[in-house]
Amino acid sequence: MELFNIFIKAAFIDNMVLAYFLGMCSYLAVSKTVKTAFGLGLAVIFVLGITMPINWLINNFLLDGAINGLDLTFLRLILFIAVIASMVQLVEMVIEKVSPALYNSLGIFLPLITVNCAILGGSLFMVAREYNFSESIAFGLGGGFGWFLAIIAIAAIREKIRYSDVPPALRGLGMAFILTGLMGIAFMSLMGIDPAALTGTK
Amino acid sequence: MAEATTAAKSAAAKSEPLFGKKEKQLITDPLYDNNPITIQVLGICSALAVTSLIYPSLVISVAVVFVCGFSSLITSVLRNRIPKSIRMIVQLVIIATLVTVVELSLKYLSYPVYKDLSVYIGLIITNCIVMGRLEAFAMANKPWRSFLDGIGNGLGYGAILLMVAFFREFFGKGSLFAGSPAEMKIIGPSGDYFINTMAESGIGSMFSWYSNNNLMVLPAAAMFLIGIFIWIQRSRTPKLVDVS
Repeated sequence: MELFNIFIKAAFIDNMVLAYFLGMCSYLAVSKTVKTAFGLGLAVIFVLGITMPINWLINNFLLDGAINGLDLTFLRLILFIAVIASMVQLVEMVIEKVSPALYNSLGIFLPLITVNCAILGGSLFMVAREYNFSESIAFGLGGGFGWFLAIIAIAAIREKIRYSDVPPALRGLGMAFILTGLMGIAFMSLMGIDPAALTGTK
Repeated sequence: MAEATTAAKSAAAKSEPLFGKKEKQLITDPLYDNNPITIQVLGICSALAVTSLIYPSLVISVAVVFVCGFSSLITSVLRNRIPKSIRMIVQLVIIATLVTVVELSLKYLSYPVYKDLSVYIGLIITNCIVMGRLEAFAMANKPWRSFLDGIGNGLGYGAILLMVAFFREFFGKGSLFAGSPAEMKIIGPSGDYFINTMAESGIGSMFSWYSNNNLMVLPAAAMFLIGIFIWIQRSRTPKLVDVS
């Protein structure tokens, strides 16, 4: 139940995109149609779900004084990003081998994920909030799911807004920014909800 | 023959001045015509998260200019030796090393600012501007020009960051440069603030109705502001308008 709370909190209350504004670049660049947004969203859930536990293991068994009591935390950024980059490359190779159809629909988005701040941000938040191993998996999947929901939502709005009479200079990018701001304000209404109180574990 | 080629090479080197028109353009272009945030749409995450105050935005901008410039320089020097299949990892390790240098220096120089910025210093690594410029420019150009391109894009990013932060801090908190030694309190709830001090003496009473706009403190305000900047820029330069 504790894990479910972390999942819900990461997906809705602390939504990566709409509460922390992480992973904005690919969020704005790939949200023109729902179909591509769907593919990228799935890939993000997947990569977040894998890298989070791996980075947890690295942080706790390599960096935090585990080797001869040395404090190697200054290597955290380099190791985390190396894990993310190699994981993305690995995932890309595996998907290419196992399912060429999926690779063709996802292929271009996979390298983009490496520079998605939501992935590295998730790992850094995990360290800052001192999650344990299973909590880090729940947080990774929840964060990914929240990101997925947000990009699907904006892509759907952007598909619809093409039929509206937006001032020419505001079309496309400008409108996407303002929409995201409005969505962020809407998501603020979820702030302060305590998932532990809702599920009765408290 | 060999002499002829070296002569041609030195002539080419002479005709390429260290800081000519092209080099100048590399720095000035990203400031407006090819701005990393409003045109290339890169590096937006940190633009939104840190801009509620000017001082941390200034710190981040300086850090990005440094990281962007030097990672372009290093990548460009190594560009012929980086295997294509693992180039992203190599680039990220270069960036991550520079960011770690920035993080540790900031921790030493100003611990409160380091605490405030927390994960956002680390997130410079995934700032797409740095990576984007490495992919698009540094992998194909000579070191000096790549360095200038990196600095230029860092500055273009910093300019937008500071503009957003100015509006957000001034209207949201009524101060400028809060948290730094040069803090200015202009409009605010207590007598410490400039306008209020004037209001007590009767000069500034025309502003006493003003109270701070809490919307500006929310991250969403940064979205609206950048949206408006894009609107202004595209109305002034119609060729940028998105036709789709």
